[in-house]
Amino acid sequence: MKAQVTVTLKSGILDPQGKAIEGALKLLGVAGVASVRQGKVFDLEIADGDRAEVEARLKEAAEKLLANTVIENYEVKVIG
Amino acid sequence: MKAAVIVFPGINRERDMARTLSLVSGRAPAMVWHADTALPAGTDLVVLPGGFSYGDYLRCGAIAARAPIMAAVRAFAAKGGLVLGVCNGFQILCEAGLLPGVLMRNAKLKFICRDVHMRVERSDTPFTRGYNAGQVICVPTAHGEGNYVADADTVARLEGEGRVVFRYTAPDGTLAPAWNVNGATNAIAGIVNQRGNVLGMMPHPENHVDAALGPTDGRGLFQGLEEHLSRAA
Repeated sequence: MKAQVTVTLKSGILDPQGKAIEGALKLLGVAGVASVRQGKVFDLEIADGDRAEVEARLKEAAEKLLANTVIENYEVKVIG
Repeated sequence: MKAAVIVFPGINRERDMARTLSLVSGRAPAMVWHADTALPAGTDLVVLPGGFSYGDYLRCGAIAARAPIMAAVRAFAAKGGLVLGVCNGFQILCEAGLLPGVLMRNAKLKFICRDVHMRVERSDTPFTRGYNAGQVICVPTAHGEGNYVADADTVARLEGEGRVVFRYTAPDGTLAPAWNVNGATNAIAGIVNQRGNVLGMMPHPENHVDAALGPTDGRGLFQGLEEHLSRAA
């Protein structure tokens, strides 16, 4: 089973890296970019467990380590 | 003072810290490996030094905060033991939940490596009794992620409870955006936990203790700790 955890900055948290990337995209002439926020994607291979259980386990992993919930939101997706 | 310096893979300020602790207290600290599960018996000060634990992977301090030794550090802090986190140590304390908030990328994105000025907001903590409240000290700083951020309620609580211990200021002690080197909320350079026994700070007081190398403004912090602990003993 594969799973993906996406970690993004909460709204209202200043993201200087996203701002710098936004500036670079504008310099490159990429049209229509209003704003950029940088985040992280974790691709996981899961050895065992059913879907619901894996989802619960990964939520725990996100809370404990993958995301800092002071500043970040996370989303867990179990894929097939 | 019976200090323990926690050594995580990737930190690089542990020897500066050990040298300063020896210089001020006359006693070399125990160097405790991150994979250990207990602090030496009789430890009365735990120091998390600066550097780049685990290469700053995932988030600064995130992996070190979950290292085996941290359970013992947490228990030590819960009993009222003094814990000092400098630079990466501050980031680790935040990630471990021993201090609120988080250290984000510096507002101007640059790694800052130079002397800064900080105003000591309180002199009635074990960490700052070697200074006068309102005193401005000059200490070096070296970090890419020192921009203190917390939600508005947390910041209001920190301010209301007088838990902001150090603030970036001009040399005369006035607050101005130009002197807030990393863009930290309210120019916060160091905070204590609610009980006042855990301090996290970005600048490096351990590097300004020897007149041969310049200012000695950092010495007061360690001398204050030594006095506090020798009186308690």
